[in-house]
Amino acid sequence: MISAYIDFIRMRFLMMLAYRVNYYSGILIYAINIGAYYFLWKAVYGSQELIAGFTLGQMTTYLAVSWMARAFYFNNLDRDIANEIRDGSVAIQMIRPYNYLVVKMMQGLGEGLFRFMLFMIPGLAIVCLIFPVELPSDGRIWGIYLTMLIFSFLINSQINIITGLIAFFVENNAGFMRMKRVMVDLFAGVMVPIAFFPGWLEAIMQWLPFQAITYLPSALFTGRIPLGEAYSIYLIQIIWLVILYIPILFMWKAAKKRMFVQGG
Amino acid sequence: MRLLMLFWEYFKNYAKSKLAYRADFWVEVFSDLLQQGINLVIILIMFQHTTLLGGWSQPEVIFVYGFFMVPFGIFSMFFNMWNFGERYIVKGEMDRILTRPAHSLFQVMLENLDPPSFVGSIIGMLVMASCLPYLDLKLTLLDGIVFIVLVLGAVLVYGGIYTMLSAISFFSDSPTGIVPLIYNVQSYGRYPINIYNKIIRFVLTWVVPFAFVGIIPASYFLEEKADNIASLALLTPVMGLIFFGLSIVIWNIGIRKYRGAGS
Repeated sequence: MISAYIDFIRMRFLMMLAYRVNYYSGILIYAINIGAYYFLWKAVYGSQELIAGFTLGQMTTYLAVSWMARAFYFNNLDRDIANEIRDGSVAIQMIRPYNYLVVKMMQGLGEGLFRFMLFMIPGLAIVCLIFPVELPSDGRIWGIYLTMLIFSFLINSQINIITGLIAFFVENNAGFMRMKRVMVDLFAGVMVPIAFFPGWLEAIMQWLPFQAITYLPSALFTGRIPLGEAYSIYLIQIIWLVILYIPILFMWKAAKKRMFVQGG
Repeated sequence: MRLLMLFWEYFKNYAKSKLAYRADFWVEVFSDLLQQGINLVIILIMFQHTTLLGGWSQPEVIFVYGFFMVPFGIFSMFFNMWNFGERYIVKGEMDRILTRPAHSLFQVMLENLDPPSFVGSIIGMLVMASCLPYLDLKLTLLDGIVFIVLVLGAVLVYGGIYTMLSAISFFSDSPTGIVPLIYNVQSYGRYPINIYNKIIRFVLTWVVPFAFVGIIPASYFLEEKADNIASLALLTPVMGLIFFGLSIVIWNIGIRKYRGAGS
């Protein structure tokens, strides 16, 4: 059974590999976005040394590594699931002897593996050449950061699965998916570190899962959060991983009951 | 006149097909605006940590963003041709267009009309108006007329750039990835361009002139800045006519090259 699931990772990875050319321009697009925020923040810093605990060098590194982390953990599981619910093919998959959601997760993992090796890593290398990024020299930071990214990927995928499953309950969830995308980018701290948010918003963010996707790992990577606090970041990530599993379970149960296929 | 009639007919058709899904319309409007809203939130967050951005104050930067939203909304309503290559060239729908008398670009624009985007233009004007109490501007009736001319010029700049990019599909039917690339560059033009280095500034002003959609025309109404960027503002309609004219020429050459998708 496990080997069947692993095959889903392999198949999606190979499929992505076949379309790898599409992702070369992706690296350029990410570099353009990093550039937009780099110049804006440079102007904000002006002659200030330190804002919200970040130096300009740390800020540049934060932007580069956060966008490139997004290049890795981003996927369209929500759209895939919503499409399969709408065209009814989810029904066929539900009667197959595997768990539909696990399969989706595996496909996401295959895509993530591809994105990590052919998008994030070369992207980060190119971005380091263009912008004054300060990479940490401590190997432990790299190791801890990369393991945290796995949790980032899992939590982001869970949020995508929840958004996709909404399609079972509303006829058209395209709007939900678009809203989710922009909200997650802002609240995860891809464009602005959460420490820069006004106090009340920062306080709300502490109680939401998004900080665990980008802000906390990136803040550790740039040295804004000391290495000694790594375990508390892990803890936050694991807690959210468990909590987000609950709505998925309930939505999936409810979905199986109210499943109806339009046309066919 | 005939074009206006056609526009009205297409618009009626759009309304008929969409009125059946009224909720979708508002969801689309809302999710469009959410993206703009978040960009405004980021501007507000930035100004929590500085008083000036490249010499521009918070109400000025927000005013510029509001201005940008006006032509962007009109542009998005009329030039919603993101899938042009896929739908009209690869699938061959261009054949159908070419059998009709109206200009092909005009038909493609009307078939993909996206009225929800226009709500963004209205919000943009409200955003500009909300900045007025904080800016010491003496606006006259003439400024109102200039505003309309600048907005139309900016729409033409936008339309010209994206029509040229769409026309690439006539010459190469494989996706080039250049449209999303340029789409991401456009955000550069909404902020004071003196925060960028010389090369980027030059590109944004003269090569892919996104500065002519936001910062340059908007600066016409604001206080003079050190780089006197407002002196370029009245060039906006000229740039619009040049870029849009050029795009029609390229489009027409592409049409002559078009051979259909076979089948």
